[in-house]
Amino acid sequence: MAAAAAGAGAGAAQEKQFPPALLSFFIYNPRFGPREGEEENKILFYYPNEVEKNEKIRNVGLCEAIVQFTRTFSPSKPAKSLHTQKNRQFFNEPEENFWMVMVVRNPIIEKQSKDGKPVVEYQEEELLDKVYSSVLQQCYSMYKLFNGTFLRAMEDGGVKLLKERLEKFFHRYLQTLHLQSCDLLDIFGGISFFPLDKMTYLKIQSFINRMEESLSIVKYTAFLYNDQLIWSGLEQDDMRILYKYLTTSLFPRHIEPELAGRDSPIRAEMPGNLQHYGRFLTGPLNLNDPEAKCRFPKIFVNTDDTYEALHLIVYKAMSAAVCFMIDASVQPTLDFCRRLDSIVGPQLTVLASDICEQFNINKRMSGSEKEPQFKFIYFNHMNLAEKSTIHMRKTPSVSLTSVHPDLMKILGDINSDFTRVDEDEEIIVKAMSDYWVVGKKSDQRELYVILNQKNANLIEVNEEVKKLCATQFNNIFFLD
Amino acid sequence: MGQEDYYLELCDRPVHFEKANPVNCVFFDEANKQVFAVRSGGATGVVVKGPDDRNPISFRMEDKGEVKCIKFSLENKILAVQRTSKTVVLPEKRNLKLLKSQNINVNWYMYCPEGAVILLSTTVLGNVLQPFYFRAGTMSKLPKFEIELPAAPKSTKLSLSERDIAMATIYGQLYVLFLRHHSRTSNSTGAEVVLYHLPREGACKKMHILKLNRTGKFALNVVDNLVVVHHQDTETSVIFDIKLRGEFDGTVTFHHPVLPARSIQPYQIPVAGPAPVTSQSPIPCKLYSSSWIVFQPDIIISASQGYLWNLQVKLQPIVNLLPDKGRLMDFLLQRKECKMVILSVCSQMLSESDRATLPVIATVFDKLNHEYKKYLDAEQSYTTAVEAGPSRCSPLLKRPVRTQAVVDQSDMYTHVLSVFTEKKEMPHKFVIAVLMEYIRSLNQFQITVQHYLHELVIKTLVQHNLFYMLHQFLQYHVLSDSKPLACLLLSLESFYPPAHQLSLDMLKRLSTANDEIVEVLLSKHQVLAALRFIRGIGGHDNISARKFLDAAKQTEDNMLFYTIFRFFEQRNQRLRGNPNFTPGEHCEEHVAFFKQVFGDQALMRPTTF
Repeated sequence: MAAAAAGAGAGAAQEKQFPPALLSFFIYNPRFGPREGEEENKILFYYPNEVEKNEKIRNVGLCEAIVQFTRTFSPSKPAKSLHTQKNRQFFNEPEENFWMVMVVRNPIIEKQSKDGKPVVEYQEEELLDKVYSSVLQQCYSMYKLFNGTFLRAMEDGGVKLLKERLEKFFHRYLQTLHLQSCDLLDIFGGISFFPLDKMTYLKIQSFINRMEESLSIVKYTAFLYNDQLIWSGLEQDDMRILYKYLTTSLFPRHIEPELAGRDSPIRAEMPGNLQHYGRFLTGPLNLNDPEAKCRFPKIFVNTDDTYEALHLIVYKAMSAAVCFMIDASVQPTLDFCRRLDSIVGPQLTVLASDICEQFNINKRMSGSEKEPQFKFIYFNHMNLAEKSTIHMRKTPSVSLTSVHPDLMKILGDINSDFTRVDEDEEIIVKAMSDYWVVGKKSDQRELYVILNQKNANLIEVNEEVKKLCATQFNNIFFLD
Repeated sequence: MGQEDYYLELCDRPVHFEKANPVNCVFFDEANKQVFAVRSGGATGVVVKGPDDRNPISFRMEDKGEVKCIKFSLENKILAVQRTSKTVVLPEKRNLKLLKSQNINVNWYMYCPEGAVILLSTTVLGNVLQPFYFRAGTMSKLPKFEIELPAAPKSTKLSLSERDIAMATIYGQLYVLFLRHHSRTSNSTGAEVVLYHLPREGACKKMHILKLNRTGKFALNVVDNLVVVHHQDTETSVIFDIKLRGEFDGTVTFHHPVLPARSIQPYQIPVAGPAPVTSQSPIPCKLYSSSWIVFQPDIIISASQGYLWNLQVKLQPIVNLLPDKGRLMDFLLQRKECKMVILSVCSQMLSESDRATLPVIATVFDKLNHEYKKYLDAEQSYTTAVEAGPSRCSPLLKRPVRTQAVVDQSDMYTHVLSVFTEKKEMPHKFVIAVLMEYIRSLNQFQITVQHYLHELVIKTLVQHNLFYMLHQFLQYHVLSDSKPLACLLLSLESFYPPAHQLSLDMLKRLSTANDEIVEVLLSKHQVLAALRFIRGIGGHDNISARKFLDAAKQTEDNMLFYTIFRFFEQRNQRLRGNPNFTPGEHCEEHVAFFKQVFGDQALMRPTTF
């Protein structure tokens, strides 16, 4: 398999490129308006809202028809996407009879024809189904994290309440979808774990257990350092989406004030209190203000099972962040917040500097402070561990990658190939301009490597990848 | 005050002797710890009993007047009797040799048999003490030292009485204990015991002051390295432990009683006479009686009742008297018979009703493991020294003694943790937190954690379906790699599929479990993966062809079978120059199957060079 050479080159001066964009996004339930004339009732949410009613109904009807039609060929797996020249539609049925549809416009290249008229060319093959299907699934997971299931909203307040919740959530959330920078990492939805030695890890365990004991209303705790996960008391699937929220939304929002050094006061003014750098990322901003509001985001976890509603308290000291989750039936008071601050703050401050120190020692010992020569993405389906040397940093707006989008697309293609078979596999692709892309799948793990070596041949590339595995993955069972 | 409250007791089996009366004189020899009952100056009999003597020694001797003192030499070889203040009679004729003489004006003397040190009280006030140390037939003079008297004495008469001085070995060091009575002139709140450390070399130094906070008549014992101070007025005793943290003022450390004052446990004197005759109940013994005489280190004698007791410390009641668990552990770890009490404290602090907080539990674990690690290190350096060979082996090298304070992982597992994890009423969060805290503590002291502790963690997590937690622990290698653990994980695969991956990873890291990895893969019908793995580590020349062909056949995937078969044909060719299998490989069945499916012509042809 080889990628088509990228079109960016000559003639670029006359070309304009438009990235993929969100055309529409809607949620419907066919059961809500089965009779003619009542079709509008099916629609629970529609973006953009300005679209004329009949067009909404038509578009929903079309999706319904496609899903129904394709179901006859594959009853258990109905259609997931529809490819057209101008756009792609993605379908998802996260709860029975509730359908979410996302329509994405294909990327466009606008060329100047000889007579000076612009000619629009849709790039039909650019978007990867798996990437955008995953984005759509993520939309649901994120909604569910903060609102619970569709069904629960229906039980609590009927269609009216569900519509309100959908409107309130997606109105803002859709603006944060950055479809142009979605890639393989969106498929994985992985978690980056912070590498740590055993002793420091045990200290963190000890800290968490003590905090849960002293703050007895805390039900679950998660611990992160440098935006990487160290401990999750939540189950994996819930942590996965919470992690996504923390790292792409909550933490980035607080980066700027941190850099300015405004929000990390040393609380020397509080008598008898140890100096510490702890502060709330959710909840009260100023504990000394008696009027401070102790409102925390509500989240819903274990929705398949125990269906728990929780308050999410995120507290941070230096680079260490702790999420305390308490039962939503308990309303945290300002007193509780002050107590939390006085107990957690000093200990977390010490722990954060311990982690930092230990991390630097380990880094020096393993010699891994040298820049990695390899660009790679690793993902383990079993624990969702993800590691990328391709992505520089996640920000709320874009995920910056250090490689050409075409290479990213090859990675996505290889991933699609892996999904089709259960067996272990290895795929080596020669891409344009001296790049080699290698994909390896061993049991539940996937590794993608991008090599840039002049005049390298297949054997040399294979050797390079072996070397990488031996240095980076020698402590796991990863077949060569 | 409940029965459980007494922390001091008199021993069950006292030495019983005929009580002192006008015709029976009683003597006690501190060196041999023997009681002498001398009837009528010895004419009607002398009975000698020691605490360990099953058979008392009895004999008669001529009554040559009042006996002032009577003693045996070591091993009861020579008897010495003193009848006047200036003569000592040895009943058998012996030669005595004067080895050394010192000319000192002595007010009184005191001898400590354990330390082989004699103290002489000199000067007019008597408060300058001159110690001599006896060793191997020589006597060495140690530096003299002055006992600070409570207030500047007005007169020039003897101010330091031998009654207020004792000598005892505490934590292996000889101390001179001085009971400094409360003086009205000083503003101290009560009497004190001042401990002077008397080293074999160097000067005697004032080290500890035990604050009694009361006045009156006191007596001292030393039991299990504790200083016991009896107070007659209140009929109670207190104990001090100089190893517990006190207040250090730069030169001396001030200590307060470890526990509130308590009486010695009430004692019943068994009624004499043959058992069937004695119908009356035992008589309660009068404690703190004025007829009691106290000797070092732990002896109490009631001459009027005819008993010699050893004083003992009861540890169990102390558990409830010392609420600070950290201090309690510090205290218990220094006691001789502490192990079962320590384990019971651990069990208690994990029980539903008396549950301690995690920081307290952590402190206790840390204290136990500190002691455990000290022993492991001593053991390690001993082993290293022994291995270094006898030439370098110093004669002083002794195998470290494992005291009861060494509470190892197996003790904790058997007596505390396995029982604790079985308790259904315990919240699992607490159970896991405790296990992790123990593992944290072991790691902190760099003690290798035994796999049964890890198994306990896994068992608990599995019981509560907390597989994701388990996964995270393994991910950070908190549960150390071992074959038993890897096998345990394999067995969990049906409940939690990722356990398979975790187990394989662990086997890989062990690097001594390659055979196991092959077995695991073959059992999952991953024949090609198994072969690739074994080839990757260069072991493919030694594997059994039959095993792989069997597994390949079981998959019912003919192409896979073909691949595996061809691999081994090539191996045969490479190793023996012929692709055929030897009879010893027992692959006839597979060759036949191969021919049946792919035909004879598909077999590899031997190549000849």
